[in-house]
Amino acid sequence: MVKRTLSEKLAILADAAKYDASCASSGGEKRSSGDGKGLGSSGGAGICHAYAPDGRCISLLKILMTNFCIYDCAYCVNRVSSRVERARFSVDEVVQLTIEFYRRNYIEGLFLSSGIVKSPDDTMSDMVRIARTLRERENFRGYIHLKTIPDAAPELIEDAGKWADRLSVNVELPTEPALQTLAPEKSAQTIRRAMADVRARREASRDKSHTGKRPARFAPAGQSTQMIVGADAASDGQILATASQLYSSYQLGRVYYSAFSPIPDSSKLLPLIRPPLVREHRLYQADWLMRFYEFQPSEIVSDGGMLDLEVDPKTAWALAHREQFPVDVNRAPRETLLRVPGFGAKSVARMLEARRHRTLRYEDLTRLGCVLRHARPFIQLPGWTPRQLDDANLRAQFAPQAEQLSLF
Amino acid sequence: MRTVVVPRIGTVAAWRDHARKLAQQGVPADRVLWRVGGDDAADLFARDAPVPDRSGRALKLARQAIESLETALCHRDPERFARAYDIVLRLSDGTLRWGDRSDPSMHRLLLQEKAVRRDIHKMHAFVRFREVGRPDAPRRAFAAWFEPEHPITEAAAPFFARRFGDMDWIIATPDLTARFEDGALSFSVTETGDRPPPDATEDLWRTYFASIFNPARLMVSAMTSEMPHKYWKNLPEAALIPELIRTAPARARAMQDAAPTIPPPHVDRLRPQRQLPDTEGLTLATLKPAHDACRRCPIGVCATQAVAGEGPPDAALMIVGEQPGDAEDLSGRPFIGPAGQVFDRCAQAAGLDRSAAYVTNAVKHFKFQPRGKRRLHQRPTTDEIAHCRWWLDLERQLLRPKLILALGATAAEALTGSGAGLLKRAGTVEAGPDGVPILLSLHPAHVLRLPDAAARARAEAALTRDLAQARELALR
Repeated sequence: MVKRTLSEKLAILADAAKYDASCASSGGEKRSSGDGKGLGSSGGAGICHAYAPDGRCISLLKILMTNFCIYDCAYCVNRVSSRVERARFSVDEVVQLTIEFYRRNYIEGLFLSSGIVKSPDDTMSDMVRIARTLRERENFRGYIHLKTIPDAAPELIEDAGKWADRLSVNVELPTEPALQTLAPEKSAQTIRRAMADVRARREASRDKSHTGKRPARFAPAGQSTQMIVGADAASDGQILATASQLYSSYQLGRVYYSAFSPIPDSSKLLPLIRPPLVREHRLYQADWLMRFYEFQPSEIVSDGGMLDLEVDPKTAWALAHREQFPVDVNRAPRETLLRVPGFGAKSVARMLEARRHRTLRYEDLTRLGCVLRHARPFIQLPGWTPRQLDDANLRAQFAPQAEQLSLF
Repeated sequence: MRTVVVPRIGTVAAWRDHARKLAQQGVPADRVLWRVGGDDAADLFARDAPVPDRSGRALKLARQAIESLETALCHRDPERFARAYDIVLRLSDGTLRWGDRSDPSMHRLLLQEKAVRRDIHKMHAFVRFREVGRPDAPRRAFAAWFEPEHPITEAAAPFFARRFGDMDWIIATPDLTARFEDGALSFSVTETGDRPPPDATEDLWRTYFASIFNPARLMVSAMTSEMPHKYWKNLPEAALIPELIRTAPARARAMQDAAPTIPPPHVDRLRPQRQLPDTEGLTLATLKPAHDACRRCPIGVCATQAVAGEGPPDAALMIVGEQPGDAEDLSGRPFIGPAGQVFDRCAQAAGLDRSAAYVTNAVKHFKFQPRGKRRLHQRPTTDEIAHCRWWLDLERQLLRPKLILALGATAAEALTGSGAGLLKRAGTVEAGPDGVPILLSLHPAHVLRLPDAAARARAEAALTRDLAQARELALR
């Protein structure tokens, strides 16, 4: 085989990594290189340094160490049976790319994933070596996210957590049977055990021992996971139920939903579809409702049900529960205000603060950051009386005109 | 009327000094004209201005207010200084509440603060350094040209000093230039608009940008709302965008139209085979993988793993609890959570050596209800207990204990067929179906659920008594 240049490898191994949606670089440990001895800082809000025309932010150098893989996951471009071009970075190549990109302010750090070569342990130990080299040799204080390999040995995970800010394992598919069919070498149980292990180690790393000694750091920015949407027959209800189980079980920072997207060289098992981008968007909205708006998954969508593609899940809930509206903006408690479409967590906080000093009027709401176009039918306060709650056509105000949303 | 000229460098700090002095002298907001001057910070007050006959005051502001004001003062709006001075006077008087958006000036200031924050954030994101020194120099040197929307260079620069502490860098903007040399940050007025020359790493960056883009999910507006056109001219990767957009639909269609791959024949040899657990010839030591794989009831798919029994294979005493909890589910070991700790405490008080007993649960997987970041324990149903009894019966056959201690209603139901009336039955021995005696007791979690300390102490004493009885009966 002809030796590939760094640029050719980068093209192949970035292309292979783009199906992973995660790009967060926020939270975790506060670090800086203000002392002049190293490179990088982290711990703030996270920065998106560029945006690609797919609308996804580019925050981290997201690459695979190698796209050689012995697994045969039908949805994956890198599966063993695909005839995609293969490449492999050396440890130094990844380190050099990360440092040179970082110095030019292109990125917040590295998100390293990999196909499984030889064995899970071999692959994981090479990934750990990259993270360690960045930290120890290059004094790198930026963000590192490692995708851990569920079957790797516990010592390797321990090491990975020592050097990385965030670890993640992808659950890939929302149900066990789907994973068995489409990713026969993976095991849902092994994946969950890997996540349990990360949670337990993180908790242990935050407990001071009785001698007052601080335990070693372990993935201070937590863990996340990703589910592919639309590759199997799982309903939105199942997807959200799985997500809420994962949040509650493993203290995940995020669950990412990734619309199954066409790949070069597809598998016979899994015909290509248009990526269900609107569905993906609705799932993220529903996820937000669960995490920040105190909704239970069963309130958003029934177990076998699908989210409304035309109307966002909060509005859909309000339309289906009109008897709970209109809400009196000057009296309703926080939980009730949070359920009003067009009211966000921030605007509700501002309302509660303002209410301590005076009675809110309709005209005040825009300045507090509310989207009145959405909120109007569901609220009442001085200056406004809603009249449309009984209107059978209320939904039509929120549903978009028929339009082509996908750009095929 | 007074005219106050604030300098171009150190603008915000100068405004703060002036505002404090003017307030001390009792100068009202409508009597001051604010202007940004050249580099000359000297011309303080116009001399002809008379001091108004009003009592002065010292400004006292909350930290949050100061931070917001100072950020908003980086806005390009020429009225910002006058507005901020008016606001601090009214805040000090108590006639204005910080954050009250019904006040038009306050609303305006908060909006400008937000705009400045965004601009600073975008500067942190979109500055692109180019190497201008030798790559092997002890301190490498980089330079960038950036055009912010507001005069934010001074406010945005400390971020770069914290981030790029081991290199020298210059960020030039049309207004000011920030310099970081040998760890010292300084500012000067920009003299020329020269851009640093491109460096070779930019090509690699463009390769990355083009490759990470997924043509099947083209969403141009999502990109431009976060990376507006006005920033493009100083972003090396932006030149690629029009072509990427133009070719995306055809590239996506080509992927769809291509026929699926027929796997090459050698593929099957490469794929590792996952071993299914063996259900034949199980022993106590090999139960765990079989439990893990069990899907006789639906609890298993949500749990992390099954929790198998633990203890010597010839133990005389078998202790059966209800089901694993959060801690047991994560670690795969029985009785290690809060209830396990109560159990250990009572066992120690009763002189019962836990490691000599076989400790297991009536149900092997954790059943729970997700609630935010926590899992709420849910009682297994009669059906679920019945399904799992298959495993419990197998454990009894393999272990053949002299005595079984059933902790709680679920264990009682699994072992005797009924979990009812346990408060009365606790402490008594019943005969099992295979003749092995079953000592009934309450579950240690019962102790934890009791609200008052006296009741907890009584329940713990009762559990300790039962454990002591179990030890005696098993030894006999």
